Amino acid sequence: MEQSAWQSFFQLFISGLAAGSIYALIAVGFAIIYKATSVLNFAQGDLLVLGGYLCFSLMAYLNIPYIFAFLIAIGLLALMGIMIQRSILNRMIGEPIFTVVMITIGLSSVLQGLFGLFWGHEEQKIMTSAADRIIALGGVTLTMAHLIVMGVIAVLFSGFFLFFKHSRMGIAMRCTALDQDTALLMGISVKNVFSLSWAIACVVACVGGVFFGQINYMIPAMGAVGLRAFPAIVLGGLDSIGGAIIGGLTIGVLENLISGYLDVWLGGAGLKEIVPYILLLIVLLIRPYGLFGTKEIIRV
Amino acid sequence: MATCGQFKTTYREDIKVWKTLWLKSWFAFLFMLMILFPILNPADCYLLYITNICGIAVIGSIGLNMLSGVTGQISIGHAAFLAIGAYTSAILTATLKFPFPIALIISGFVAALLGLVVGLPSMRIKGLYLLLSTMAFYFITLYVLVHWKSLTGGVEGIEVQTKIGSFELDTDLKFYFLIMPIVVLLTAFARNFLHTKPGRACIAIRDRDIAAETIGVNLFKYKTIAFGISSFYAGIAGSLFGHYIGWITPEHFPFSLSIEYLAMIIVGGLGSVLGSIFGAIFIIAVPEGIRLISHFLSNIYPDVIMKFIDLKGVIFGLIIISFLVFEPEGLAGRWEKIKIYFKNWPYAY
Repeated sequence: MEQSAWQSFFQLFISGLAAGSIYALIAVGFAIIYKATSVLNFAQGDLLVLGGYLCFSLMAYLNIPYIFAFLIAIGLLALMGIMIQRSILNRMIGEPIFTVVMITIGLSSVLQGLFGLFWGHEEQKIMTSAADRIIALGGVTLTMAHLIVMGVIAVLFSGFFLFFKHSRMGIAMRCTALDQDTALLMGISVKNVFSLSWAIACVVACVGGVFFGQINYMIPAMGAVGLRAFPAIVLGGLDSIGGAIIGGLTIGVLENLISGYLDVWLGGAGLKEIVPYILLLIVLLIRPYGLFGTKEIIRV
Repeated sequence: MATCGQFKTTYREDIKVWKTLWLKSWFAFLFMLMILFPILNPADCYLLYITNICGIAVIGSIGLNMLSGVTGQISIGHAAFLAIGAYTSAILTATLKFPFPIALIISGFVAALLGLVVGLPSMRIKGLYLLLSTMAFYFITLYVLVHWKSLTGGVEGIEVQTKIGSFELDTDLKFYFLIMPIVVLLTAFARNFLHTKPGRACIAIRDRDIAAETIGVNLFKYKTIAFGISSFYAGIAGSLFGHYIGWITPEHFPFSLSIEYLAMIIVGGLGSVLGSIFGAIFIIAVPEGIRLISHFLSNIYPDVIMKFIDLKGVIFGLIIISFLVFEPEGLAGRWEKIKIYFKNWPYAY
């Protein structure tokens, strides 16, 4: 009896981690853009869905093999990110946060509409031979896709760590995040840094989207999953990439555990939907800058 | 004819809402037009319906503008307050048999009370963080509405009756004469509020909160007041909306409704009462325009009707983006520019 309680706990925990990895991927996108440009991108969830849909179309209509479709989708999204930054957001440098946030909300609305126009409202799924294979590890079952997502997160995180720590561009990005004016004075092209951060965020979104499309069915309104990743980034701290990943995983696990254990008491009331938001409120009240974020110091 | 300036000798004169006789007569004209409007086209129910919906949206958007435009506290949870107003009023009239006018006022105050609660964190957090906390509040409210079945009827929603004694408000015309006086009243209040001490304090908080605090503005008090007023307006708008459509479900208050209201104040002009009115009319009228055009086009392309919602989303997003990029002062700002142009005509300035 004891054994099976542990098993069910681990099952909930592991599938929570899997769900959390998607949140983490979205949250990393938020964090990268916020860190560099101080913009909270409300369209991140929709960019994720766009990545999924592009990969899906390349595979289903052009019969491109999975890996190549994935890479092409990543390339297209990176271009899209640079375009968004160059065409719209570059004009908005220096405007109040509210204005820029509203622009990303507008963008989200446009993207959602376009998804409906191009891909319709039927559920679609990226079919791969490996994704649905079920793996059992000591009584805990999960699909191959979940396992791959967790692997990808690990690789991405180490990649980011090395990139920001050692590469020239990564250091330039950190410098811009710290102080834009000084970065400009040091000869860093802030414009390129902004574009690059949008490109990276879009690439991360695309990776998230392709896995999301393998695990779940995609519909145009799926971008709302982006809203559910906000608590993750607030928990981790708006400008911390490591925090975003940890926040995402934590939210995924908590969501699963709480709904797994408490829903029975509340008559199956789907607590999953609001656990992240309650957590968000608690974090905001106790530690507004998150677990790993930098505390904002206001100088007059 | 270029005017040679109005001279104000006292401060009272400067803060007057109706500064000139000219303005007063225009308002009298507008007032007459509002009374005559439904009588002039008695057969056109559709136009009357749109006007009523616009009136409700005007109330809601003035409310949001008081918070986001005037005080600078961005809220993306406005739909939650509309829902709270609508449900409070529906429950009061249906189960507790309150007469409608009392339920209307109570629903405003209930929303205001919850607004105060949501406003409490604004002491500690601001900007994007406050935005996120209002978003969390919205989703929690929606969850409660969906899952507290015994009170709210869950996803099926509840019926809303509108009776004052034995008199039943059942036609668009009757609702027009209910909604419009409330719109006028609340607009007048908002316009006057901006010229009072709390109103000016709110503007100071928006412009630079730290500076406002140093000159003695109690940030917490006035932010909370702004939250309260904003949600009071939303509660009234929600209640009217619920009574007007007669049946409310959580689906009537989607997250996109909050965004629609934000779009209204952006398109209209942040911090301007006139702007809220322009914005509300614009945001309500544009989708109706798209709907009419797509109906018209459906003779040629039958698919168009199916695509209406997506098309609406795309155009809606483009409107928000282009207003922010090209016309950040909104329609109210454009209106001022047009007025100045004609005032100075034929000179440039």
